Amino acid sequence: MDEIRELYQEVILDHNKRPHNFRKMDDADSVLEGFNPLCGDHYTFYLRFDGDSIAEVSFEGSGCAISKASASIMTAVLQGKDRREAEVLFELFTGVVTGKLDPLDHIDELGKLAAFAGVAEFPVRVKCATLPWHTMHGALHGEDKQISTE
Amino acid sequence: MNPTLNDTAIRAVRESGHGVAFDALHVRRDFPVLRQRVHNHPLVYLDNGATTQKPQVVLDTMQRFYSEQYSNVHRGVHHLSQVATDLYEDARRTVQRFINAEREEEIIFVRGTTEAINLVAQTYGKRELGAGDEVVISAMEHHANIVPWQMICQERGAALRVIPMNDHGELDIDAYTDLLGPRTKIVAVTHVSNALGSINPVREMIRIAHEYGVPVLVDGAQSAQHLPIDVQELDCDFFTLSGHKMYGPTGIGVLYGKKALLDRMPPYQGGGDMILSVTFEKTTYNELPYKFEAGTPDIAGAIGFAAALKYIRSFEIHEILAHEKQLLEYATDTLSDIEALRVVGTAAEKASVLSFTLCAVHPHDIGTILDQHGIAIRAGHHCAQPVMHRFGIPATARASFAMYNTREDVDQLADGIQKVLEVFA
Repeated sequence: MDEIRELYQEVILDHNKRPHNFRKMDDADSVLEGFNPLCGDHYTFYLRFDGDSIAEVSFEGSGCAISKASASIMTAVLQGKDRREAEVLFELFTGVVTGKLDPLDHIDELGKLAAFAGVAEFPVRVKCATLPWHTMHGALHGEDKQISTE
Repeated sequence: MNPTLNDTAIRAVRESGHGVAFDALHVRRDFPVLRQRVHNHPLVYLDNGATTQKPQVVLDTMQRFYSEQYSNVHRGVHHLSQVATDLYEDARRTVQRFINAEREEEIIFVRGTTEAINLVAQTYGKRELGAGDEVVISAMEHHANIVPWQMICQERGAALRVIPMNDHGELDIDAYTDLLGPRTKIVAVTHVSNALGSINPVREMIRIAHEYGVPVLVDGAQSAQHLPIDVQELDCDFFTLSGHKMYGPTGIGVLYGKKALLDRMPPYQGGGDMILSVTFEKTTYNELPYKFEAGTPDIAGAIGFAAALKYIRSFEIHEILAHEKQLLEYATDTLSDIEALRVVGTAAEKASVLSFTLCAVHPHDIGTILDQHGIAIRAGHHCAQPVMHRFGIPATARASFAMYNTREDVDQLADGIQKVLEVFA
C-alpha cells in the first residue's frame, strides 16, 4: 500500500474530488483539447492572457484521478505566470514525473507540484500526469489541434 | 510434429487428475506464468479477454519444433521440410476438428482475428460490395470488426449499418431483421462481446440472414476458448479465431470460410506459396487454402496453436464451460455486493467477462491499485469505443476469466476493490 499512497497523495485525491478552476471559460483567448485515447482521459483547457502573462486558466472534462488532479493543480499554479515561467514549470514537471529530474533538487520550485513525484514509479501513469501540461504547452505555442499523449 | 509426443504429454496431463473431474487448481499447475508473484503478491491473472497464458505443453511443443523439427514448409525435398510440412498440415486438421469444419482447406492460417476480418473485407468485400450496398455489424463490435468494414465501405461507396443493443448489452434481433434487405451483402457480428461478455444468438442471426441470402461472418475471438464451436451446425459462412486468446501463441489465428465462398474470392496478398505458376505475363493462383497463405507462414505458431487446442480438448469442453459459468456467477454476485460498483453488461447469456465501474473512481486508477496487489485486469475502452459511448462511460475495468481461474481469484479481486475504495474514500 505504501507505493499506492506515494502515488495517490492526499493533495491529489482532494483535487480529484474537488478540482479547482473546473469550468468553461467563455472569453478564453486559447482553447485546446487534450485526449489520451488509451484510457479515455479527455479535457478541454481554457487560457486567457493579460499581455504576456496568463490571467486565467480553467478546464473541464473527465479522466482518472492523476490526470484530473494534475490539471487542477496546474491551473492553480499557472495563474499569473508569464509564458517563460510557464515554460520553465512545464520542463520541471515533465522532468520530475518522467524521472529525469530528482524532485529533491527542486523542492522550492515544485511547490504543490511535488505531490506528483511518485508518478515516476508508475511508468504507465506518466501520460496521465503530463496530459494537462502537454496540452497547455501546445496552447502556449499556438497549437490548434487536439493534443494527445499517446 | 511427432504426434505421439503431444499425445503422451496430454495423457500425462489427464493422468495427473483431469479427465475425471475438472479441477482449476490442477489446471493452474500447467501454466508456469501463474506461479509468479507480482508486487509481492501471488499473481491473480484476470486479463484473459486480452490474452491467455500458455500451458507447458504449448511451450514444449514449440521448443521441440524449433530445436528438432524446424524447416520451411511446402518447399524442400529434404527430410526436415517434410517433417515441418506434416506438422503444419496436422495443425490445420486439428483446427478443422476443433471447430468441426467440413474440409481442411477451409482452414486458412492468418495472424489472428484482425487479419482474418481484413482478409474477408478486402477480398469478399472488394468483389461483392458496390455503391449503395450495405454491411451489417453490431453495436458491440471490437474495432477489428468495425474498421476493416469502414475502410472497404468507403472504398466501394457502400454503407455500414449497425444492429442496436439494449441497456443490458443484448442485440435487438427485430431491429437486426429490419436492417436486412436486398442491399445487404454481408453480416459481421461478434459471437461474444469482449467488453460486455454478451453471448449473441448467432445461430438464429445466421438463419435469419440466410433467408435473405446474406452470408455471415462470426468473430470468434472471445468465444472459441469458452464455448463449443461447430461451424457446420452454426452454418456460419466465416468464423475467425485468435490463437493467443485460446492458450496458444501470439501471431497465429484462423479464418474459416465455406469452400464455395473462399473459391470465389480473389487472393488477399500475393507472393510465394499462393501461386501455381508465375510468368511476367500471368500468374495462376494456388488452390485452397494456399491461395490465401502468401509467404512463409507462422509455422511454429500454427503447431503451438494446435497443441493448445489439443490441450483444451483434453478436458470436457462442457466442464470448462460449467466451471467458467460458475466463476462468472460467483464473481457477479460477489462484486454486486459492493455498493459503489456497477456491472456494465448484464445480458442474460454471458461468458467469462465482468466489466464494471466504481462510483467516482476512474478504471485506470482501479487498474493501478489492483496491480499493486498482484491483480491483473484491463482498464480502458477495450478497443470498443462505440460500446463505451452507448453506455455513456469513458472506460470500464474488466475482469475476464479463463479455465485456470478460481473462486480464490475472485475473492482477491473483491478484496482489491475494497482497497481501491479505501484509497478513494
